[in-house]
Amino acid sequence: MLQSPIVIGASAIYLALLFAVAYWGDKRADEGRSVIANPTIYALSMAVYCTTWTYYGSVGRAAVTGVGFLPIYLGPTLVMALGGFLLLKMIRTAKANRITSIADFIASRYGKSQLLGGLVTIIAVIGIVPYIALQLKAVASSYDLIVGYPALKAVVESNEPVLADTTFWIALILAAFTILFGTRHLDATERHEGMVAAVALESVVKLLAFGAVGLFVTYGLYDGFGDVFARALADEKLAKLTAVASGNRSYATWFSLTFLAGLAILFLPRQFQVTVVENVSEAHLKRAIWLFPLYLLLINLFVLPIALGGLMRFAGQGVDADTFVLTLPMSAQQEWLALLVFVGGLSAATGMVIVETIALSTMVCNDLVMPLLLRTRSLALQAESDLSGLLLRIRRGAIVVILLLGYLYFRLAGDAYALVGIGLISFSAVAQFAPAMIGGMYWRGGTRDGALAGLLAGFAVWAYTLLLPSFSKSGWMPASFVSDGLFGIELLKPHQLFGLTGLDDISHCLFWSLAANVGAYIAVSLMRAPTAAEASQATQFVDALKTTRPVGSALWRGSADAAELIALVGRFLGPARAQTAFAAYARRHDVADVANLEADADLVHYAESLLAGAIGSASARAMVASVAKEEPLSLGEVMNILDEASQLRSYSRELERKSRQLEDATGELKAANERLRELDRLKDDFMASVSHELRTPLTSIRAFSEILRDDPKTALQDRERFLSIIVSETERLTRLVNQILDMAKIESGNAEWLVEEVDLGSIVEQSAAATSQLFRDKNVALELDLAGGLPLLRGDRDRLMQVVINLLSNAVKFAPAGAGKVHVRLFRKQEELRVSVSDNGPGIRREDQEVIFDRFRQGGDAMTSKPTGTGLGLPISRKIVEYFNGRLWVESEPGQGASFIFSLPLQNNEGEDNA
Amino acid sequence: MQRTMLTVQRLVAVFLAGFVLFNYPVLALFDRAATLLGVPLVFVYLFAAWALVIAAMAWVVEHPERHDGRERSGGG
Repeated sequence: MLQSPIVIGASAIYLALLFAVAYWGDKRADEGRSVIANPTIYALSMAVYCTTWTYYGSVGRAAVTGVGFLPIYLGPTLVMALGGFLLLKMIRTAKANRITSIADFIASRYGKSQLLGGLVTIIAVIGIVPYIALQLKAVASSYDLIVGYPALKAVVESNEPVLADTTFWIALILAAFTILFGTRHLDATERHEGMVAAVALESVVKLLAFGAVGLFVTYGLYDGFGDVFARALADEKLAKLTAVASGNRSYATWFSLTFLAGLAILFLPRQFQVTVVENVSEAHLKRAIWLFPLYLLLINLFVLPIALGGLMRFAGQGVDADTFVLTLPMSAQQEWLALLVFVGGLSAATGMVIVETIALSTMVCNDLVMPLLLRTRSLALQAESDLSGLLLRIRRGAIVVILLLGYLYFRLAGDAYALVGIGLISFSAVAQFAPAMIGGMYWRGGTRDGALAGLLAGFAVWAYTLLLPSFSKSGWMPASFVSDGLFGIELLKPHQLFGLTGLDDISHCLFWSLAANVGAYIAVSLMRAPTAAEASQATQFVDALKTTRPVGSALWRGSADAAELIALVGRFLGPARAQTAFAAYARRHDVADVANLEADADLVHYAESLLAGAIGSASARAMVASVAKEEPLSLGEVMNILDEASQLRSYSRELERKSRQLEDATGELKAANERLRELDRLKDDFMASVSHELRTPLTSIRAFSEILRDDPKTALQDRERFLSIIVSETERLTRLVNQILDMAKIESGNAEWLVEEVDLGSIVEQSAAATSQLFRDKNVALELDLAGGLPLLRGDRDRLMQVVINLLSNAVKFAPAGAGKVHVRLFRKQEELRVSVSDNGPGIRREDQEVIFDRFRQGGDAMTSKPTGTGLGLPISRKIVEYFNGRLWVESEPGQGASFIFSLPLQNNEGEDNA
Repeated sequence: MQRTMLTVQRLVAVFLAGFVLFNYPVLALFDRAATLLGVPLVFVYLFAAWALVIAAMAWVVEHPERHDGRERSGGG
């Protein structure tokens, strides 16, 4: 039943499904509801690393080297552990500089060099062509096999005409499919959300398909892992396969393949595309760090059992081990499983081809064709207003050309190697990007010339030791090239360069090419100091993870015209998209209209970064330079700006410290201010109260004086009464003023104190005598209860008397007339003497007990009860007592009378605390 | 920031551990004609070490808050 219509139909349905997913993904992206903004999808899209190499080739590799297929997956696992900073730095740098490909990355780092971008593109295209050939070969041979069912070997005539070759048509179909996927429209950031969604789906499909075959072979054809291995171990030849180092396999090969794969996961154009360019959020990296290696582990679990199973079942039948994944189910008449396997393989191939060729076509267009066009046909290009269509045509053309190159390589050298052998040639090519990339991200001293020299040297050695021998093996170049060396010179044998033996081809190439690459990169870089452009770009890349770094606009000086810039961007992105982009910029900068934009360094930088997304940083630089009058910065100036930036960093740290201090100081100031405000308010209250207290006696003095003046006929008796009121009010005024002055003196510390040994008992007696008239007037009884034999203490006699008199006059004031009773006690309590003055008046509410010691505050409701006294007596008394380190307080229950008590210590160090 | 730095350092430690586990000479210790439950020892070892490295990476990136940063700020 596996005739070609069914196989082709199933493939077509599958590809249509992929396309539908991609279309849906793009549509969602346009609506702003991204389907790929998900860490799992991100990790699955990275699994585009697993191509038909993994799907078919690993088993073929395992059939020859046992566990030797594993380093290709262990290397990436280890590198993902470094992804936390390495990939993060790449992602952040690429986003900040609108970098859309690995060629752009290297070109941009070394001063936006078009030459370097072009070279990287050429190396990438030549290096990846064998890899694409690998996919074509795998799909073509699996197709030939499955339509030849039930035969297990495809009958393929060598040298059949191109138009009759399945592989050719597969290449064209893949090209058309890729064009549909990746170049339907131009995106300023080169992001293809739909493609990523489709690739993630493909990763699931190929894992499921491979897992299905693995389970079928391990548990269907055999009885689990133990059974497969037990039978294999029984065979002496197969038993050897389970060792890492055996025969011509060494730990050195194992290591170099791990290392190579580790570099490939970073620098393969398609990995750069999905990992860096298509990254939606840095946070997604977190899950990818472990989920992607887990995917690799799962897809490799059944490789060895399948390989051993195939070797045992097909022993002596000459079935290609690269096809075991397909031929095992076929030999067991599992037609549906075989079809699923074929679709899984197609999935692995299409995923790789789509992403890889899109990434390469971007590079070819931005870093190779555009710079050439802009240089040679610059006048013609000026005439064409909208170039976005041209950009798309270039990319489509590049996709077709790359796939045809893949086909060409397949025709020339495809038969000589197993799948993995071809893939490793490509891996070794992209490893040449490592010195320029990693050096560029961590070393400021790398220069454009160094990177050029390193890449050229490494690429030349790679081509000599791996690419050319692959042609030679397939008979396209003389075999003597490999066996005898170039021109028969022994030392130039491509697999034993300079007589180095004992390494396999890949390790051998890796050692020599990277030695030449790193050596040339460092040596040439060190021959001169970086130029201004290189130094400024170096800072952008090396300091990408630092929080403050100079933005590109700080390193530009010159003049430009905003309208020209917008028109320029419009030519490459399309006028409508350019308008939208600049309108967004205007909104961010609070400019009402795009026409009013000022062509400052920021705008020029913005325009350049927009262009960089579409045509690469080097071309963008050249195009912006063509419309703006730039004043080139000298190296000294660039270094100054960069120095300033690093000074700024230390300044900003200093500033942070200062601002923290400032915050603290502000807090203190605020508190002090609050206190001042409170004091100010108190002062205002005080002034208001004083004015009020002064006005009351003044008013009555004035009133009675006016009566006396205006009415000369007032009776003599009345006159005398009025005059005595005037006199008493005047006395009250005098008393008030004296008390205010007193208070002010005490508070300011200017009061004069006459300190001597005093007898508190006699002070109380004298005070009682002085106030006896008040008690008589109001008919209030005064009882003295003075303990005898008390020691003298140091104090100011007059002041203390003032206190007692004040307490007594207060007491008599509040004691009820007639039944009033005031009780005065003097007694010793421990090391102090106490005087208490108790009355049987209304008492003082608890909430007023402290208030009454404030100036001008009196007990009771100030609004309803008429205040008696000046309101300064108690505050002054308290001040006096406190001056001698004593205390004055009140004890009272409403309705039970009040007791004012003051205590004075016997060991008196008066004044010292209050001075 | 400090927490990020700690996570990165832990990942580098996992990298170094994995590098040692996956290569000569540790690899050679298990690279001999022995079986575990009928499966060749080196096969079991490689996949077990691999799974271990992945588990360590997952633990480091998914649970960074467990061992630092808690007491410094509430915003975990």
